[in-house]
Amino acid sequence: MLYIPGNNPAMLQQGGVYGADSLLLDLEDAVAINQKDAARILVKHLITNINYYDSEVCVRINHLSTPFGKADLEAIVPLQPHAIRYPKTETAKELLELIDMIEEIENRHNLAHNKMEIHAMIETAMGVQNVFEIAGCHIRVGAITIGGQDLTADMNIIYTPDGAGIDFARKRIVMAAKAHHIDVIDTVFVDINDEEGLRRETEYSKKIGFTGKAVINPRQIDIIHEVYNPTEDEIRRAYRIVKEFYKNKEAGIGVFAIDGKMIDAPIVTRAQYVLELAGVSVGE
Amino acid sequence: MKPKYAAQAGTFESSDLIILIEPLEDNSGRKIELESAVMLQYGDSLKKIVNEMLDLYEMTDIHLIIKDKGALEPVVRARLETAIERSVNPQIF
Repeated sequence: MLYIPGNNPAMLQQGGVYGADSLLLDLEDAVAINQKDAARILVKHLITNINYYDSEVCVRINHLSTPFGKADLEAIVPLQPHAIRYPKTETAKELLELIDMIEEIENRHNLAHNKMEIHAMIETAMGVQNVFEIAGCHIRVGAITIGGQDLTADMNIIYTPDGAGIDFARKRIVMAAKAHHIDVIDTVFVDINDEEGLRRETEYSKKIGFTGKAVINPRQIDIIHEVYNPTEDEIRRAYRIVKEFYKNKEAGIGVFAIDGKMIDAPIVTRAQYVLELAGVSVGE
Repeated sequence: MKPKYAAQAGTFESSDLIILIEPLEDNSGRKIELESAVMLQYGDSLKKIVNEMLDLYEMTDIHLIIKDKGALEPVVRARLETAIERSVNPQIF
């Protein structure tokens, strides 16, 4: 997920060419307070006129407690991007209030309530505490994300390269997403010149269960994809497992062995996920 | 409608444009000054977009100064909308 400042025409119009899975057009922290109106209007005009190819488009609005949040919703909801991201979500109640406002705008524009997702950003200690309720509060919550910079500020700690201060939050947020079967996106890696550091942190994100990672510079996209995409060996092995699974299933066998290792339902599920990521299908 | 305030929108960055609006005396009509990095190729189309937007908002008695650095049409429309909105409503922040 590539962050793009909402008041930068050059970056907004080029966003689709970098191959990111999704783009986050940012009306919040990346926009100066006296340019919030300009960013909102610019994003509104560009979303409908720029080809973002295969990248999903999300818009991060300002919080409803600011003078800008409601105007952001009025401008963006009718355009129905893939998702609206809500910053600094602290309770399920406030997210449900946001969704009510979104659906009221959709009603006014004769739009269905099932197209655009809501992504909740967890950036405070209170949000981390309530994340299980937030993740499961509504069917439209399609992802939760962690905002590392704001979270460390809220905790009054310094973000260190090992991520020690937010490790508990990362794992709790992942577990909440898994419990509700939704996506979970890791925070940005801010040092764009430290490619090894980015790779290390992305490997850790993947290992603990994040389904993706946010980036602040297009240069970081390839490394994220290299880490998250399954390797050729992983795809081959997954293909074998799923193929054997279907063969054994026909014969009424649930557990079998490949190369001397037991294969049961959880391993098959994991192999199916690898094939889904790789875009490979196996005929039954 | 006529502008109430002097207003500005956009930047001097590439792919953007900067727009300044000043209110004029009653019955002054529209005064438009336009400079563009791509005046030869897109000057006419730029003027057309500017007038379309001013018509949409029924703007008159307005002095508009535009310096374009190769902005796409939706960017021109967005910056004009911002400048016009700022010229009729005070900014909130």
